[in-house]
Order: sequence, then C-alpha cells, then structure tokens
Amino acid sequence: MAQIFSPRANTFARIGIGGAVGLVIAFTWTWNTLYWSPYATWVGVPREQPVPFSHKHHVAGLGIDCRYCHTSAENSSFAGLPPTETCMTCHSQLWTNARLLAPVRESLATNIPIRWNRVNDLPDFVYFDHGIHIHKGIGCTTCHGPVDQMPLTWKANTLYMKWCIDCHRDPERFIRRRDQVFNAKWQAPSDQQEEGLKLLRDYHVNTTGQLTNCSICHR
Amino acid sequence: MKTARLLPLCCLALAACRPDMFNQPRYKPYAEDTFFQDGASARPIPPHTVARGRLDEDEQFHTGKEDGKLVEAFPFPITRQILARGRERFEIYCSVCHGSAGDGNGMIVQRGFPAPPSFHIDRLRRTPPGHLFDVMTRGYGVMYSYAARVAPEDRWAIAAYIRALQQSHNARIGDVPPDERAKLEAMKP
Ligand code: HEC
Ligand code: HEC
Ligand code: HEC
Ligand code: HEC
Ligand code: HEC
Ligand code: HEC
Repeated sequence: MAQIFSPRANTFARIGIGGAVGLVIAFTWTWNTLYWSPYATWVGVPREQPVPFSHKHHVAGLGIDCRYCHTSAENSSFAGLPPTETCMTCHSQLWTNARLLAPVRESLATNIPIRWNRVNDLPDFVYFDHGIHIHKGIGCTTCHGPVDQMPLTWKANTLYMKWCIDCHRDPERFIRRRDQVFNAKWQAPSDQQEEGLKLLRDYHVNTTGQLTNCSICHR
Repeated sequence: MKTARLLPLCCLALAACRPDMFNQPRYKPYAEDTFFQDGASARPIPPHTVARGRLDEDEQFHTGKEDGKLVEAFPFPITRQILARGRERFEIYCSVCHGSAGDGNGMIVQRGFPAPPSFHIDRLRRTPPGHLFDVMTRGYGVMYSYAARVAPEDRWAIAAYIRALQQSHNARIGDVPPDERAKLEAMKP
C-alpha cells in the first residue's frame, strides 16, 4: 500500500498545531482586551443625554449636595434620578429661555418624564443596594469616580463582578467616615489601612468573608 | 453522527450569549415603558390615595396647622440630635439659596435667583414655627415645595435649626451656660 502521508506532512502538522495554539492565544487575547476595554465596559465614555446636564457645573461650581437631586440614595436600593420639578426649583427662574433647557420645560408642560440615558446599569440578575453601602461608609466617588468633575456623566468603573468582589474582600481600603460619604473631594488619608480597620469595627461591617458569598449578590 | 452529538453543545454555547438574564422582563425603578403614553412604567398615584400607615391624621404634625391656624409650638421636644439632623438637612436642601447662615445670599441667588428674605428680619424671627413648616410643605412664592424630598420629621428639624440660627444672630453672653462662658471669654481678642 502506498504511503498516505509524505514526509512533508510532519512539517504541515507542526505548523498546523502551532497555528491553532497561536490562534487560540490571539483570540483569547483579543477577547480579553475587548472585554476590559471601553468598547464593552463604557468606562470613561461620556454618555450623551437629552439635556447636557453637567455635574461639574452644578456640584463643583454651585456646591449642590448629591441628595438635593438623588434623594433616595441614603435609604433605598435606588439612588434615584431627579424628577423634572427638582430642576424647576431653580430653572423656573434661572435660564428660563435657554435652548439647552427646552426639553426640561417641555417635560414639565406635558408631564412626560425626561428620558435620561443610563450610565451605570447592572445586569438584572445582580442584586445591588445603595442604602447599605452609604450607611457602612462607602462614598459615592469610590464607585462613581470624580462625579463633580464630569461635564457629562461617565462610568468610572467596570461594575464587573471582579470589581465588586475586590472591595468586598477587603473594604478597609475604601471605607470612610459616614459624614464624608457625600463629599466628592474626599481623599484617602495616608493611614487609610488603620483608619479603615477601625471604621470596619465601628460600623460593624461583616468581616467573616460572607460578603463574597454568591447569594449576597445573586439572590 | 459526530455532528449530532455536537449539536446540544452548540446550543448551550449559544444560549449563554442570549441577553434574557441581563434584561429580564420586569421593571426596575422608573424604567421606561412604551405601553403608557408618558413612557414611564411607574404610574402616578391617583389623588387622595393613602399609603399604608400614612393616614397622616395628626394635623399639627403634618401640616403645621391646627384648625387652619399656624401652630405656635413644635410638636416634639427639640434635642441636640434633632438640631444636628436639622442642620444637615438645611445644608442639603436650603443653604444653596438661603445661605449657610440664613442671610438669603446662597450660591444660586448669587447666580440670579430672586433673593429670599433673610431669616433674621423681625417678621421671620417672630413667625410661629408652623409657618416655617408650612413654607417647606407647600412652597411660598417662587420657592417650590420641598415636601416630596424632605420627610415631615426632617421639616420640623429644619424649622428648629432655623430657630437656632435666628437665635445665634442675637445671642448675648448671658445666654451662654456659665461653664462654657469662660471658653468664649478666653477667645476674645
Ligand atoms: C442638580 C441635580 C444633581 C446633583 C446635585 C447631582 N446629580 Fe447626579 N445626576 C443628575 C441627573 C439629572 C443625572 C442624569 C443625567 C446624567 O447621567 O448625567 C445624574 C446622574 C448621575 C449618575 C449616573 C446615573 C446613571 O445613569 O447611572 C451618577 C453616578 C450621579 N449622578 C452621581 C451624583 C453624585 C455622586 C452627586 C454628588 C456629588 C450628584 N450626582 C449630584 C442630577 C444631579
Ligand atoms: C439648585 C439650583 C439648580 C438646580 C436644582 C438645577 N440647576 Fe441647572 N443650573 C443652575 C444654575 C445657577 C445654572 C447657571 C450657572 C451659571 O450661571 O453659572 C444652571 C445651568 C444649567 C444648564 C446650562 C449651563 C451649563 O453649562 O450647564 C443646564 C443644561 C442645566 N442647568 C440643567 C439642569 C437640569 C437638567 C437640572 C435638573 C436635574 C438642573 N439643571 C437643576 C442651578 C440649578
Ligand atoms: C458600592 C458602590 C456604589 C456606591 C458607594 C454608590 N453607588 Fe451609585 N451605583 C452603583 C451601581 C453598581 C449602580 C448601578 C445600579 C443598577 O444598575 O441597578 C449605581 C447607580 C447609581 C445611579 C443611577 C440610578 C440607580 O440607582 O440605579 C445614581 C443616580 C447613583 N448611583 C448615585 C449615587 C450616589 C449619589 C451615591 C453616593 C450617595 C452613590 N451612587 C454611591 C454603585 C455605587
Ligand atoms: C468600595 C467597596 C465596595 C464595592 C465596590 C461594592 N461593595 Fe457591596 N458592600 C460593601 C460594604 C462595606 C458592605 C457592607 C457589609 C456589611 O454590612 O457588613 C457591602 C454590602 C453589600 C450588600 C449587602 C450585603 C448583605 O449583608 O446583605 C450587597 C448586596 C452588595 N454589597 C452588593 C454589591 C455589588 C453587586 C457590588 C458591585 C456592583 C458591590 N456591592 C460593590 C462594599 C463594597
Ligand atoms: C459582590 C457581588 C457579587 C458576588 C459575591 C458574586 N457575584 Fe457574580 N456577578 C456580580 C456582578 C456585578 C455580575 C455582573 C457582571 C457583568 O456586568 O457582566 C456577576 C455576574 C456573574 C455571572 C455571569 C457571568 C458574567 O460575567 O456575565 C455568573 C455566572 C456569576 N456572577 C456567578 C457567581 C458565583 C458562582 C458567585 C459565588 C462564588 C458569585 N457570582 C458571587 C456580582 C457578584
Ligand atoms: C431655589 C432656591 C430656594 C431654596 C433651595 C429654598 N428656598 Fe426658601 N425661599 C426662596 C425664595 C426665593 C423665597 C422668597 C419667596 C417669595 O417671597 O416669593 C424663599 C422664602 C422662604 C421663607 C420665608 C417665607 C416668608 O414668610 O417670607 C422661608 C422660611 C424659607 N424660604 C425656608 C426654606 C427652607 C426651610 C428651605 C429648605 C428646605 C428653603 N427655603 C429652600 C428660595 C429658596
């Protein structure tokens, strides 16, 4: 019987195997890069909004507290986006003819809420609650970045599972005093590690490792 | 035969890509909905609806009035804690216009909002606490109502804090408790 494979087939086989491995590596690398890049995560990408609302202007410029607009952040799972009336507490008198604000006036007149585009949006199979994080001393800017410097809001963190867990493993790196939670200018002090461990005790944060149990976030 | 065995595997792989679980057919708070004309899934509450446990029978506490007359006293004793809470709420909701000291020159006023009266004018110093509560609850002139954002307890706490602010502008050394007086005297230039 004639030989099916010529001696050259050995080389082809080697190249083939090498190529396949290379392809897998290249594919994994590309996928991984894309997965962590802003294309997939939207981190750092300012989101277009129907009204170009600027936190930089209203928070850093005018000194309005987060809770003036995000009223339910303290006590609820949902931080809340301000209803049109909240904008109108000021804009009924200020910038009343500005074209930028036309959608706000229209919303008040027609009673149809403004449709804000979501910046941070977890998948529906994840359970998240603002209230507990605020009460245990995790600040807005730890998760949302320097909101007071954003002309248009962007997402500061991936909100991937890794990100949540990284903090739930050792929250002492991020925890701050409760009265600083809404302070957008807060910086970690140089002795954050000790200070953090003390706050964990003071606020009775669960340090038994239960915070990384699947059922905490997937209920 | 081989391919047939691969089929369920492929299905599994594809199933993992379906976004069903990411966007489940339920509403998150204030989610969009195309069924209703205003595009919102949260429906407005019909007028005169009473939430469970919120009958708000206590007229004094919830309106600051008694038989249509503004109440002259606070509905609960004012403690240091309540004042601290009032201060915090005042700084969030009021100081942007009324200023931290209540002079009526907050940041928004500096940017052109009509200036509110100072809390330290005689009329507002003498006004009953019920009036302060009523202004927050129903709004006053160009000032909107804050009832939707500030709970009644907190509105009373803010009213108490305004009283403290008013007092602070007219305090005499005699009003300071004796043991604290020495500290102040020491700070005198
Ligand atoms: C004057 C009202 C106002 C104030 C004050 C304010 N916000 Fe906002 N915030 C908004 C509005 C309106 C939006 C929706 C538009 C957008 O995403 O930019 C928003 C959106 C956000 C979002 C993104 C929500 C999403 O879609 O995921 C975050 C996070 C946020 N705000 C955090 C803060 C923090 C932190 C502060 C305090 C430092 C603050 N905001 C103060 C009005 C306000
Ligand atoms: C506490 C008062 C206050 C509230 C509440 C408020 N604004 Fe403003 N806003 C201002 C002031 C004051 C200016 C003008 C700033 C200036 O003159 O420097 C302004 C300016 C703006 C501008 C145009 C200027 C710019 O560069 O940003 C937009 C757009 C705007 N606001 C949108 C909104 C929206 C939307 C809301 C409701 C979520 C809102 N504002 C709530 C006080 C307020
Ligand atoms: C532990 C991290 C964390 C902290 C601290 C935090 N947020 Fe959020 N925030 C999130 C996540 C995650 C979402 C997305 C929630 C979702 O999609 O269900 C979100 C969503 C929001 C939204 C959009 C509306 C909503 O509730 O879904 C606003 C507004 C907001 N945050 C404001 C705030 C403010 C103001 C503070 C400070 C008081 C704050 N957040 C603190 C993680 C955080
Ligand atoms: C910067 C730190 C930090 C980040 C980021 C963070 N968390 Fe937390 N989380 C905490 C702390 C601290 C607590 C309070 C634990 C306690 O009460 O003992 C907590 C508590 C919780 C709880 C309540 C736990 C319970 O006992 O029921 C849930 C649910 C939760 N986090 C979900 C999330 C999710 C989902 C994310 C990611 C989107 C996230 N967290 C990101 C710090 C964080
Ligand atoms: C601190 C909160 C938290 C805990 C604890 C947690 N998860 Fe998650 N998980 C998340 C978040 C947030 C996501 C969404 C990530 C995204 O945006 O795709 C997620 C997504 C997932 C997914 C979907 C895969 C993906 O990335 O799309 C699986 C599967 C999952 N988690 C399994 C688990 C298991 C198993 C455990 C226990 C070992 C666990 N999770 C514990 C927060 C958590
Ligand atoms: C957007 C700016 C603004 C904010 C925020 C605001 N006010 Fe006012 N307030 C005004 C203006 C303007 C007036 C004067 C109204 C008029 O005479 O038409 C006023 C008037 C008042 C008066 C005096 C009523 C009288 O009899 O003359 C009181 C008391 C008062 N406000 C309390 C508050 C309290 C308490 C808060 C916080 C919950 C608050 N205001 C928040 C703008 C504001």
